[in-house]
Amino acid sequence: MKEQGSVFYDDQARRTVDEMIAAEARHIALRKIEEEKNCDCKKGMFPRVSETDRRNFLFAAGSFAGVLGSTVFAKAANEKAPPGAVHFDVPEDPTKEPGRAVAADGGYGSRSQFESEVRWRYPTANEITSWSMTPLDKMLGNLTASGLHFERHHGGIPTIDPAKHMLFVHGMVDTPKKFSVADLKRFPSVTRKHFIECSGNGLTEWNKPTLKTVQGTHGLISTSEWTGVQFATIARELGLKDGSQWVLAEGADSAVMTRSIPMEKMLKDALIVYGQNGEALRPEQGYPLRLLLPGYEGNTHIKWLRRMEVSDKPFMTREETSKYTDLLANGKARQFSMEMEAKSVITFPSGEMKLPGSGFYNIQGLAWSGRGRVQSVDVSVNGGKTWYPAQLQSVPEPICTVRFSFPWVWDGKPAILQSRCTDETGYVQPTLKQLVAIRGSNGPFGSVYHLNSIQSWAVNETGDVSNVHA
Amino acid sequence: MSMLKSISKIATLLFAVSISSTVFGQSMPGRFGIGTNIGPQDVAKFFSIPQDGRGLPPGSGNATAGATVYADTCAACHGEKLQGNPAKGIGGDRLVGGRGSLATATPVKTVESYWPYSTTLFDYVKRAMPFNTPGSLSDNDIYAVVAYILSEAKIIQPNDTMNATTLPKVVMPNRDGFIPDERPELQLYR
Repeated sequence: MKEQGSVFYDDQARRTVDEMIAAEARHIALRKIEEEKNCDCKKGMFPRVSETDRRNFLFAAGSFAGVLGSTVFAKAANEKAPPGAVHFDVPEDPTKEPGRAVAADGGYGSRSQFESEVRWRYPTANEITSWSMTPLDKMLGNLTASGLHFERHHGGIPTIDPAKHMLFVHGMVDTPKKFSVADLKRFPSVTRKHFIECSGNGLTEWNKPTLKTVQGTHGLISTSEWTGVQFATIARELGLKDGSQWVLAEGADSAVMTRSIPMEKMLKDALIVYGQNGEALRPEQGYPLRLLLPGYEGNTHIKWLRRMEVSDKPFMTREETSKYTDLLANGKARQFSMEMEAKSVITFPSGEMKLPGSGFYNIQGLAWSGRGRVQSVDVSVNGGKTWYPAQLQSVPEPICTVRFSFPWVWDGKPAILQSRCTDETGYVQPTLKQLVAIRGSNGPFGSVYHLNSIQSWAVNETGDVSNVHA
Repeated sequence: MSMLKSISKIATLLFAVSISSTVFGQSMPGRFGIGTNIGPQDVAKFFSIPQDGRGLPPGSGNATAGATVYADTCAACHGEKLQGNPAKGIGGDRLVGGRGSLATATPVKTVESYWPYSTTLFDYVKRAMPFNTPGSLSDNDIYAVVAYILSEAKIIQPNDTMNATTLPKVVMPNRDGFIPDERPELQLYR
């Protein structure tokens, strides 16, 4: 029997965790280089401040370019735009010369060259089967920019011509059919905002505080507005045979990813989506079609969806037997543990940031639940001794993140910041201790998945923020 | 499609069954008639093999033949002795060992110790292996390499032949190791 109260990692898990620590460190180092280029003081807390400094720097470089030529000009010309941006020289005064021509971007815009946040990849040994994390601390509002949506692929990102892509629906149906993407767009559609969270979100954090930033500890969640067809609409078009209980969904990637989904879920709210945030799905999010299962673990939202087979039983695919199952301390493993439970995290201030001094700070974070709407979020600044209600910044939508905030006047003394989500079912986000008490101490790759406990950020007297277990 | 027509179709969805109905003064069909009907031949290239072996293809193989297939196409990533390979750019899972470790402090999850169904192994190899050239093995080669892995895991005998009849009958050591999701954990409600 295992020791209670701590979590054990097997060799593979330990290796993954060690490599992740190294990768996050590299990402933090790159950020610091960016920041120190502009300013000597330690940055990270107010993204806008450092961007302004950066702008000033580029302003200087640009203004000298025409005069000095050589060195400074070369510097400006070589200034590399971040991924997703295009570099332009900055005029001395943008009111004194015309800007770029309308549609000079070819008709599709890009982000500002001064916005540099990126996902970073988990350093799994193999880059083709790997995952990358959303920079939650730099996100604004509720929706995740499509280009920053987290990724998890098991066989890389396929390139699929939508004109040749078909969705086959067969098995225990009256009329098996195939649908082109254009066919699917003819059906009545729905548009809904939902998060997708990988069940491995936070897998490094069971045993001890491991990664330093909220991107590392919580970056496997993203939120989009999705547009597509309800599975129920397709089911009605085809007709379901008596006894149909499960649906296999299959992707057109080189992993030919498959998961079995209960029919009850499929008929309740499953969507076959082709739209994300107002445009077609991004390739890394399943272009041209993906399955969307609101509140279910990310792996079930099959990307590059090409086939659905209706059945009386689950198919016991590799992912739903050997991988996305939760091994407990007694050696038994929970299977088909689909729902992502209520969770929240403070994104500002969060790990690796620095508060410049005592005074007012608008604590911010995200809360969500796979079982419905967020009912309320509480915030504690003393490690959970006392809790105060946070303000929800928009009306909570079902199975969607909601941004919360809490006005905090820091007295300059050490503090431990926590947030706690309660969803509309009455489920309260647990502490790590509560979770381990229930599930046992059989850690990664035992119950590596479905960590939804309260996150603690410690603020020390000098304003440094760090990841702690409290 | 006009807005009125869209609305009426949604209304049909909400209220109608598979018979025609009248909505906003229009006669609506019970079905949209979108998509192309298909027959068994159109889905013959697909497979997904549940524990009863439904859909297993013809063909067969044993561990002797499988040892060659394994050495040629699997060993580079999964190790000469099926021990896995964590090297950069590879990261192949360990396939054997770990039996009896699941309830210990250091669980080792492999085909031998953790996978509940032999059919899943066939399905997955045929589906996604070898990693760099998925779908390139013949069905005979897949039966053979599955037999080799199961034999190295001491689950079947080295001379056992695996085919559509014998494979689903293999009882994996951890077949009864899975339980339904027990969540929600009721003690976490307020």
